[in-house]
Amino acid sequence: MTGHHRKTSVAALSAALAMSFAVGTAKAEDTIKVGILHSLSGTMAISETTLKDAMLMLIEEQNKKGGVLGKKLEAVVVDPASDWPLFAEKARELIEKDKVAAVFGCWTSVSRKSVLPVFEELNGLLFYPVQYEGEESQRNVFYTGAAPNQQAVPAVDYLMDVEGVERWVLAGTDYVYPRTTNKILEAYLQSKGVAPEDIMINYTPFGHSDWQTIVADIKTFGSAGKKTAVVSTINGDANVPFYKELANQGIKAEDIPVVAFSVGEEELAGLDTAPLVGHLAAWNYFQSVDTDANAEFIDAWHAFIGDESRVTNDPMEAHFIGFNMWVEAVEKAGTTDPDAVIDSIVGVSVPNLTGGYSAMMPNHHITKPVLIGEIQEDGQFEVVWETSGLVVGDEWSDYLPDSRPLIADWRAPMSCGNFNTETGKCGGKGVD
Amino acid sequence: MRLAGPLTFAVAIILSLAGVAHSQEKPLREIVNSFAEARNFNQTEEIVAELGATGDPAVVPVLRALSEGDLHVRKSDNQVFIVSGRGKTLTIIDPLTGEMVGEEGKRALSKIRVNNGLRRLIRDTIGGLALGSPDPAARLRAARTLISNPDASSLPAIEAALEKETDPEVAAGMMRARAAAILVSERPDAEKSEAITAVAAISTQDALSLLLGFRGQATGELREQVDRAIARVERVQSYWAMAQNVWYGLSLGSVLLLAAIGLAITFGVMGVINMAHGEMVMIGAYVTFVVQEIIRTSAPWLFDWSLAIALPLAFLTAGAIGYALERGIIRFLYGRPLETLLATWGVSLILQQAVRTIFGPTNREVGSPSWMSGAFEIGQLTITWNRLYIVLFALAVFAVLLFVLNRTSFGLQMRAVTQNRRMAAAMGIRTPRVDAMTFALGSGVAGLAGVALSQIDNVSPNLGQGYIIDSFMVVVFGGVGNLWGTFVGALTLGIANKFLEPYAGAVLGKILVLVFIILFIQKRPRGLFALKGRAVEA
Repeated sequence: MTGHHRKTSVAALSAALAMSFAVGTAKAEDTIKVGILHSLSGTMAISETTLKDAMLMLIEEQNKKGGVLGKKLEAVVVDPASDWPLFAEKARELIEKDKVAAVFGCWTSVSRKSVLPVFEELNGLLFYPVQYEGEESQRNVFYTGAAPNQQAVPAVDYLMDVEGVERWVLAGTDYVYPRTTNKILEAYLQSKGVAPEDIMINYTPFGHSDWQTIVADIKTFGSAGKKTAVVSTINGDANVPFYKELANQGIKAEDIPVVAFSVGEEELAGLDTAPLVGHLAAWNYFQSVDTDANAEFIDAWHAFIGDESRVTNDPMEAHFIGFNMWVEAVEKAGTTDPDAVIDSIVGVSVPNLTGGYSAMMPNHHITKPVLIGEIQEDGQFEVVWETSGLVVGDEWSDYLPDSRPLIADWRAPMSCGNFNTETGKCGGKGVD
Repeated sequence: MRLAGPLTFAVAIILSLAGVAHSQEKPLREIVNSFAEARNFNQTEEIVAELGATGDPAVVPVLRALSEGDLHVRKSDNQVFIVSGRGKTLTIIDPLTGEMVGEEGKRALSKIRVNNGLRRLIRDTIGGLALGSPDPAARLRAARTLISNPDASSLPAIEAALEKETDPEVAAGMMRARAAAILVSERPDAEKSEAITAVAAISTQDALSLLLGFRGQATGELREQVDRAIARVERVQSYWAMAQNVWYGLSLGSVLLLAAIGLAITFGVMGVINMAHGEMVMIGAYVTFVVQEIIRTSAPWLFDWSLAIALPLAFLTAGAIGYALERGIIRFLYGRPLETLLATWGVSLILQQAVRTIFGPTNREVGSPSWMSGAFEIGQLTITWNRLYIVLFALAVFAVLLFVLNRTSFGLQMRAVTQNRRMAAAMGIRTPRVDAMTFALGSGVAGLAGVALSQIDNVSPNLGQGYIIDSFMVVVFGGVGNLWGTFVGALTLGIANKFLEPYAGAVLGKILVLVFIILFIQKRPRGLFALKGRAVEA
């Protein structure tokens, strides 16, 4: 290759790169832009990349149906690289520079907290698809994942009523979601008459890989003659070595079941699940749910991603619901203007994948069924219990004294995310 | 419903001991086929109880299949079969005779659902049937289950089985099961007193919880006796807890040693701050994944050998990448530690993202060969096979490296170059080549570590990040430039960490270890085993 050729090919390459970045601005007015704010590199890429793909699929499908308001949708993908401050920068870039109509994104609670001020300041819309700790309701954010009462509390009820559990290990990764969830669960368990010495709380660092001592402790704690269960808010990567250690030390689900809130089909994909059969997870969706809507969704996903072995999971369903809600709210309002959409989206009800309808409530949380599933040998979950109806997401927990009197209602005239019913004023504070 | 468990258990034991079989009014097949009508877990539970009550050993495979999720109903005629195989068509097997019946599409069958409660019931039922089993090992297992879940109603059955027992080991197990059951029964105090002594002799956590439970209802002399027994068991338990901590520490230390030993060469011996060291470990783990994938698709019988095959390949792959890294980047940066640090950190990001692009961002499944799964017990110490093999592997790698460094001509050249580069060059040693080979060796060893770590950690692009800080910590603590320092440093940190963890928790424990190292380095900047002499000054 001569020097000249090399130069031209480099120029062509950079032109192609520039084009791929410029696609957003080139078509300008005839499309509606949708921002996707998920980490594609760094530690959280493991979970968030799938959500980016799911969003691209939903947008492609919507365009096949003719787009929204007669315009095609256009995805603007940015990579905040699992770096929390970068989330805020990228969110600003999406709203200010790319002028997106709505943003679908974030996974960890820290990333959500870091973008909140940006969305508030620039009046953007964020759809947040992951189960979280609650204690928050913001005008510009729609929480399509589960609040603690849509996941943690029903799971504990199931263990108490069906498995007869009397002793509890609350094990979590050391950050805001597990800490707040465990605070709520501890208060809830004590309100149900569980003695403090029957609750063991344990925190581990992110990516903890040596679980020998903790699993041995759980084993000891569980052999005190009372039925014991582990409630796990262990995050992402640390789960694989945790479950491997459980299996190796011979803790079977029949003896000490583990119910997890962060382990879904995607996390199990990296594991030999044969020794884990019977351990539980609580979600609002499982890939194994047998409905026509779900079968259609899975087929579309496999066709889009081109790989039959890829699984679907709960946050994907949350994006499916959130995206359809946004589409319907925009159609209803006749515009993508954030204020109009915020007004029109409350009360919007769209089909979910588990055979019912989910509705957006005035507190910007949605209604969902709660499912408890047991891990099967093929890495899927089998539903062993579900709520009879839909559960409304409760942003301010009823089990924490500080947040009990608070409610959120974003409809006029209240339009407040933390209204204190005791003082009659907007601006209460729950648990940080 | 909750009572069904222990009751069926007792009935099953009695029936199985009496040798009752096929005498029930309802034929077995009819009961088995009634699974098709069960609408919920409670109804399935009733049928399991009914099967257990027949006392017929023929139901054991049916129950086992049900527990494992292999019992299916054929939708067309509501017949129940055991299925095997994966995929769209399954082989169906007659549940009672065990004969192959034919094949059936997956959609034509529906699985009989089980939950934890059912699995527990099935385990107890099978356990009850096994107390009369001809296999002594099965009888012993049944007796052990009875110690963990003592039940007064099974006492007559245990005593009947004990009379017939000929194997002394099984008889001892049954004696203990009997003692455990007596403690929860209404037997007279004299028998209970004997039982306390027998249970205290078991000295396990199960025994302790049994005694603690009994303490509440004991009075007078019995209370004193049980208090003494509890104190004794607790003392025994504390010794075992100590031994367990030492073992966990050794095992964590060996993981640290494996992760750090490659760095002990590239950083310790060559002085290159290699931030991409963790990624070499990750590459080793991905080589294991690729080897297993190929074996799974083309030669499944080789699976137990997959790690042995992956070891040389991981060494060569990571070594080759290390060689390229040294030739392509690092050799231009010798003597400029800051630039080396930044460049290798950039390389680590590139390698991570490359792996993410090729293999996807999600975890990859690396299976354990059968000989590495499970655990065994020494006294009350549970030792998992994978940890034991990793400890042995770490020691072997260390020994081989020590040999290479001290007893081979390559090792001699390597030491010569690091101690006095110009003199070595004057003696005719090709120093650039030695540099490249040394770096490749360090990287290759990191690849070996990756194969071992794939057994206990996530195989994801982030695998290496978790080990890089720990590795530097070990090398700096142990003393730069000394393999023995790395060895002692890794094991010390592992054991210290495991002794701190129960008191301080995992998060604080790690912080305390870090603080300790910082203070230690203040006192001894060259680490545990400091190199002395002119080499240090160079």
